[in-house]
Amino acid sequence: MDKLKADSNNYPTRIAKGSLHLLCWTATWVATTALAAFGPRLIWDFATLPTIFAILVNLGIGFRMILQIKRYVQALDELGQKIFLNAASITLGVGLVCGPSYTLLASQKLMSFQPEIGDLMMLMSLTFVAANYVGTRKYR
Amino acid sequence: MKNRFKVLRAERDWTQAQLADELQVSRQTVNAIETGKFDPSLKLAFKAARLFELGIEDIFQDEAAS
Repeated sequence: MDKLKADSNNYPTRIAKGSLHLLCWTATWVATTALAAFGPRLIWDFATLPTIFAILVNLGIGFRMILQIKRYVQALDELGQKIFLNAASITLGVGLVCGPSYTLLASQKLMSFQPEIGDLMMLMSLTFVAANYVGTRKYR
Repeated sequence: MKNRFKVLRAERDWTQAQLADELQVSRQTVNAIETGKFDPSLKLAFKAARLFELGIEDIFQDEAAS
């Protein structure tokens, strides 16, 4: 039964490794985002140069994280890619539909607080997790 | 699309995990194919045909044609 096996690196091991890499890059990106957001006030007293540097580092790590997501999705098998694509399309749709509505609520003074980009990111993250969970259960 | 994945696997006394390992997919994918919830790509179908040493049409049948 070994005739088709190309290497000893089987699918679950590859995906576990890919997930770990993705987790590391995501955690690094979150950390650099926190540094860029809170560093100016708490660490370097709003000095311009460190702030620009922190934002550039955050951007660089962010693009590296995107590359890792791409590699992770390419390593998934076809069912995994289908579930991921469905979850990603639902997330994109929810973000596109709810984002403008959320800002409209504020611009029409129907909300007492200002909309934050973080709220939209949280909504999209939760949507992706939920859609991924539903997709995984559907094919179980 | 109907398929004989489960029967062919049972005939060879393979587990879903063993078959998934050979096809380089997840066990969930093998289960989804066996239960008819997911139709594999042509590439994966050819890979399964090579593994089972059968033709694709011996494994997969078009439900509309039958």
